[in-house]
Amino acid sequence: MSLIRCQTPEVSTWGSFDRWANLRDEINSFFDGPSWSHSVAAAQLSTGWTPALDLYQTADDIIAVVELPGLRKENIELSLHDGILSISGERKEEAPEAGQAARSERSSGKFRRSISLPTRVNSEKVNASYRDGILTVTLPKAEEVKPKQIQVNVG
Amino acid sequence: METFTRENHVEKSANGQQAAERFVPPVATVRENAEGYTLQIEMPGVNKEGLELWIENNELTVVGRRAQLATAGNLIHRESRRENFRRTFELDPSIDAARIGASIDQGVATLILPKAERVKPRKIAVS
Repeated sequence: MSLIRCQTPEVSTWGSFDRWANLRDEINSFFDGPSWSHSVAAAQLSTGWTPALDLYQTADDIIAVVELPGLRKENIELSLHDGILSISGERKEEAPEAGQAARSERSSGKFRRSISLPTRVNSEKVNASYRDGILTVTLPKAEEVKPKQIQVNVG
Repeated sequence: METFTRENHVEKSANGQQAAERFVPPVATVRENAEGYTLQIEMPGVNKEGLELWIENNELTVVGRRAQLATAGNLIHRESRRENFRRTFELDPSIDAARIGASIDQGVATLILPKAERVKPRKIAVS
């Protein structure tokens, strides 16, 4: 099940809509997973931030692209469980030496996105890269769901 | 001390090409200490090649162009914006515009805007 696909692409990821994206993820993961750990995630609902996430599909892969500007690679965590990809992490507050914030629009603290993948994937071969503040996760589809060309031999 | 970022929302349309392109304003954080201001601007997907800065009439304009991502395949779900980034800030008169420095790391541009020596707090020795 994937409620996520109901969202129109026009919906802005800026401002107060972030909360709804987060809530939608939580609702998705609540229905998709039997784990009790969701209550912990729900507690973070009002404090976290929500990075923009795009999902692509090719014949062989599912590709998740997440905008995470200004993080350290070490502070990004990925997990795959029951067909749900979770991306979480934390952006640390700036050191006070940098001065007092005259204007602060950037989000800091924890974030978490969970998305149910549209097909089964091979969890052994997931590959992730982080470049220019963009995380790209490539998840190869499981062999049985890949489109196959069937040779028809006419005898 | 007034903040250096009285933001300018007026889009310049003197150049017809610029007026035609659509931009989104990136989020930014401004910090101030005795030495100057630090401006951090979030522009995911922008690297050194795509970052452009200029000062004109005491206004600092930042343009970030996203590197073309070679993401193949069909889009299933999208939340990101496709537009490039652009934002203009009005500089406080205390800033020494000749010494502004900029860098970009993982999609966050950091601009160091030092205050001119003449406006820095200074102790005067009594002889």
